[in-house]
Amino acid sequence: MSATADPKAARDHARAQGGTRVETMPTLPPVATDLPEGVTTEGLLWEETLAPGGYASRRLARGTRLRLIDKAGDACASLNIFNAEMPTERLNVADTVKVQWNAYLGAGKLLLSDMGRVLASILEDGAGTHDTFCGVSNVASNIRKYGEGRNSGIFPNGRDRLILGAAKHGLTRRDVHPCITLFKGTKIEPDGAITPVVGPFAPGREVLLRCEMDVIVVIANCPHVMDPREGWHSTPLRATAWRGPVTLEDDQTRNATPEGQRAFLNTEDYYRR
Amino acid sequence: MTSDPALSGLTGSIIHDEIVPARAPWLHHVAAGEVLRIVDVEGNQAVDFLIYSAADDAERYSAQDTVAAQGNLFLRTGSVLLSNEGRPLMRIVASAVEYHDTIGGACSCESNTLRYGHHTKSQHACVDNFLEANLTQGRGKRDIVSNINFFMNVPVEDDGTLGIVDGISAPGLTVDLKAEMDVIVVVSNCPQINNPCNGFNPTPVRMIVAA
Repeated sequence: MSATADPKAARDHARAQGGTRVETMPTLPPVATDLPEGVTTEGLLWEETLAPGGYASRRLARGTRLRLIDKAGDACASLNIFNAEMPTERLNVADTVKVQWNAYLGAGKLLLSDMGRVLASILEDGAGTHDTFCGVSNVASNIRKYGEGRNSGIFPNGRDRLILGAAKHGLTRRDVHPCITLFKGTKIEPDGAITPVVGPFAPGREVLLRCEMDVIVVIANCPHVMDPREGWHSTPLRATAWRGPVTLEDDQTRNATPEGQRAFLNTEDYYRR
Repeated sequence: MTSDPALSGLTGSIIHDEIVPARAPWLHHVAAGEVLRIVDVEGNQAVDFLIYSAADDAERYSAQDTVAAQGNLFLRTGSVLLSNEGRPLMRIVASAVEYHDTIGGACSCESNTLRYGHHTKSQHACVDNFLEANLTQGRGKRDIVSNINFFMNVPVEDDGTLGIVDGISAPGLTVDLKAEMDVIVVVSNCPQINNPCNGFNPTPVRMIVAA
């Protein structure tokens, strides 16, 4: 007789799976042994390792720190970011590069919304290879490259992962907007040619973000759309978030440029209530 | 017989010919196979440009898909303008200007406050044009994505520095776009006066459709 032939047996069979640990899973409640000095387990909000080709989406409060770690050198974190209380406000990649007069992301750079506000800032960057230009793969580009691109297949595409992550917060295809990608980079040549900078890199590179508004962050961990290598290369991406103070008026990142300072003034004005 | 140089090289019949005033929005349906010519009438007038699939307007122009697929930031003759689903919406079949921008985005009242100061908040901006035009068809703010800027020049330097600089267009220069599917084109004839994208002087553009 099968171990799942009746409801009670099926229940026992299902329950016996509880407690299984794998590398790519959330840890609840969150536990991390490598938090920065001063961050306690009490302040920990989120600890999850995304699978290769996986995704996650989560609401994070203003002040929250979000640390992403490329665990094995081939993580590729494509991000959509929304204002959690008014998701029509979202990351604007064009404004992010235009307002800051620079296309390359790194420590001190701001991620700007389409309403002239700061959704998040990059506090620390141990990677230095990021991309604001190329976005994510889609089903058509994955079929061309891998012969397959469905969510239900083994080579899911970045766009469909962002759509699922956004959909978990009530958003739709219409809301998935141009993204930024962390850990996999691009370099622009003098004639405009785009050179992908995809590694693989040393394991353990980190990026630390600070949420400057209450946000919904959607992360897709799929190979960079311009990855020139043969085959599918994607490794786990770790996300850890902890509580932190809202940015103060004398903050160095807040005051680094006149444009950024005005973006923070707009953000602070939004929360003047 | 025609002597209008702006019609030179277009084949078939002219089914639409319109001047878009300085600072104004414009929305037009272009059927598969038709060619839309944009004439930079007075020179160096940025034409902010979005494209939606007429059959499903959640499918729309994607600057990121377009540049990734061609491996180059600049839009030139031959560039295929891809949707967020990776499908061709339109194709640049001719351009009298060497290249066009698709990384600079559209000006907005809000981004103007960052770039120039809060004194510019009351100035008209491209996002307001995009909103006004899209709202007539039920689309809204969620439908505005990174756009094309025809006749606008945004170089990227070695260290990633970029900016809207003096244009490389001139009076009467044109770009021709062939629709690869039935599309809705939404334009903002850019009203910006704080950077050189319009030579600090917004001017009319002309839209001609040949079928």
